[in-house]
Amino acid sequence: MREITFLEAIREAMTQEMERDSRVFLIGEDIGEYGGAFQVSYGMLEKFGHERILDTPITELGLTGAAVGAALIGMRPIAEIMFMDFTTLASEQLVNQAAKLRFMFGGQSSVPMVLRTPAGSGTGAAEHHSQSFENWFVHVPGLKVVMPTTPYDVKGLLISSIRDNNPVVFIEHKLLYKTKGEVPEEMYEIPLGKADIKREGKDLTIIATGIMVQKSLAAAEELIKEGIDIEVLDPRTLRPLDTESIVKSVKKTGKVLIVHEAVKTGGFGGELAGVIAESEAFGYLEAPIIRLAGREVPIPYNRDLEKAAVPQIEDIVEKARELATLKV
Amino acid sequence: MKLSKENAEHYMLQMYQVRAFEEQAEKSYMAGKIHGTMHLSIGQEASAIGSISTLEPTDFIIGHHRGHGLCIAKGADLNLMMAEFYGKENGYCRGRGGSMHIADVAGGNLGANGVVGGGIPMAVGIGIGLKMKAENQVLLAFFGDGAASTGAFHESMILAVLFQVPVVFICENNQYAMSFSANDWTTSKKIAAHGEIYGMAGSCSTDGNDLIEVKAAVGAAVKRAREGGGPSLIVNDTYRWRGHSKSDRNRYRTTEEIEEWKKKDPILKFRAYCVKEKLLTEKEADQIKEKGYSDIEAARVFAEASPDPKVETLEEGVYAP
Repeated sequence: MREITFLEAIREAMTQEMERDSRVFLIGEDIGEYGGAFQVSYGMLEKFGHERILDTPITELGLTGAAVGAALIGMRPIAEIMFMDFTTLASEQLVNQAAKLRFMFGGQSSVPMVLRTPAGSGTGAAEHHSQSFENWFVHVPGLKVVMPTTPYDVKGLLISSIRDNNPVVFIEHKLLYKTKGEVPEEMYEIPLGKADIKREGKDLTIIATGIMVQKSLAAAEELIKEGIDIEVLDPRTLRPLDTESIVKSVKKTGKVLIVHEAVKTGGFGGELAGVIAESEAFGYLEAPIIRLAGREVPIPYNRDLEKAAVPQIEDIVEKARELATLKV
Repeated sequence: MKLSKENAEHYMLQMYQVRAFEEQAEKSYMAGKIHGTMHLSIGQEASAIGSISTLEPTDFIIGHHRGHGLCIAKGADLNLMMAEFYGKENGYCRGRGGSMHIADVAGGNLGANGVVGGGIPMAVGIGIGLKMKAENQVLLAFFGDGAASTGAFHESMILAVLFQVPVVFICENNQYAMSFSANDWTTSKKIAAHGEIYGMAGSCSTDGNDLIEVKAAVGAAVKRAREGGGPSLIVNDTYRWRGHSKSDRNRYRTTEEIEEWKKKDPILKFRAYCVKEKLLTEKEADQIKEKGYSDIEAARVFAEASPDPKVETLEEGVYAP
């Protein structure tokens, strides 16, 4: 099968959905001629024109609200917030409005929109362009939160998100944009709320999100050389969460390492640990649930400091080895 | 502008229904029948009814937290509205939204909003959607003087002009954002001037207590929006007689000021106009008033007899299938 990048897979999903459904349009900053800050929508203006590629001035709140309003009358907007850090400015419309309108109006309406946003560190962009806020949105009933990790997944998950009748926060780790993988040319959906076992193993389950899935897979390849066989589970959708797959994997391996880039305190790892602890998998645990996550600091500029602020492959190898070989 | 007798009767009735609804709301609250708070628009009826009278049934409105008048003007079913106010299962929002969030989507009312300025960014998007659908519909987006200082308002003005949306933005300037006087940061003329600054033709202020003047100004803006002429900003100058909400002690204004504004009662003003123009006799106006109040009394009875939502249904309707 042909290989394309994660970024190209996103563009292809949006393009095919726009060709299929005239209600789909893009709105965001510098998404037209510029192609988006990361070039995700490059070339789409030529194809779809200004009527459906709505380039805006710097108005995160305004453009997000515009997406909410358009969705409210049956359009299917895809809003781009250039960096996840700036979703702070869009949150009023996303959290107070998009997430609640359906419930608040007793089911009279729905808000079928996608808010795409590049997240995460590793580009030297420092404190204001590197954050991972997924758990803020996971906390909000009414929103769905998707974090794809491969080119194949990102296409299928984005198509599902666009077709979903609810507001979806779609989080793209910047370091994944250039990664390549096999992606079918035809359209396909990957259901939201369905986890994927990215690597099967028997000694330990790593539950990782975003870029940490790729890092965990690399760590697993190191550890298999030592005879440690790791299962890597990618939830793909954080809300709704595929609890069943998680419980099944933990019951099989008896040990869990949770890895995410976002700061540990209040991060999604706590939710995962709680879900496991409350489930029937608890009785199968052979060791404490361990979280490996971002350090309790803003993302710094200096290359070494930036790397040290979030888990790296060697950190995962070390923690996973320690946990896999732990005798309780 | 010359009103037909039929329209005069209709607007007069809606004005009395709004007044009666809110007086009833207050009474029900005082009697301990209502859980929560409410924001009354008594004194502002001409703005809601005058503005919305310019729309076709297929057009839309989006409102604000002081929105009872807007709902009634857009043709809401009074029973379902009162049932919602009472938090009942058969209310417009199944008792989930209450006074601050009444919506009648099928009737083109896209909802009141609990966040000041919350509806304004959505209005731009609704306008974008209406333009794409090309069905010749327009939106009236209501907010108060308080919202006119928010970032949401200013970002939205810019986007509305950029995308030339068929939206008329209507600021109901009731002079106070909770306790903060609009005159402390601007004047109504200056709120309207933002329309011009951002590039909206025909933006203006009206005597928001004069239904005829409001209708003329909004009607011209609606016509322009429908013909592809883009958005406008209209400021209806009015006054809320009651406090901001039930917690208000009126410490920030004088009784004399309130009494002065009561002399400019929009209902009496419109009634006098209709009598003078021989659209209604005093007797007819009295009969309409009586009907308005009895409609609301019937709605109260309906609401009080309506069932509460079942607790087992709590988690329904968060997500769309």
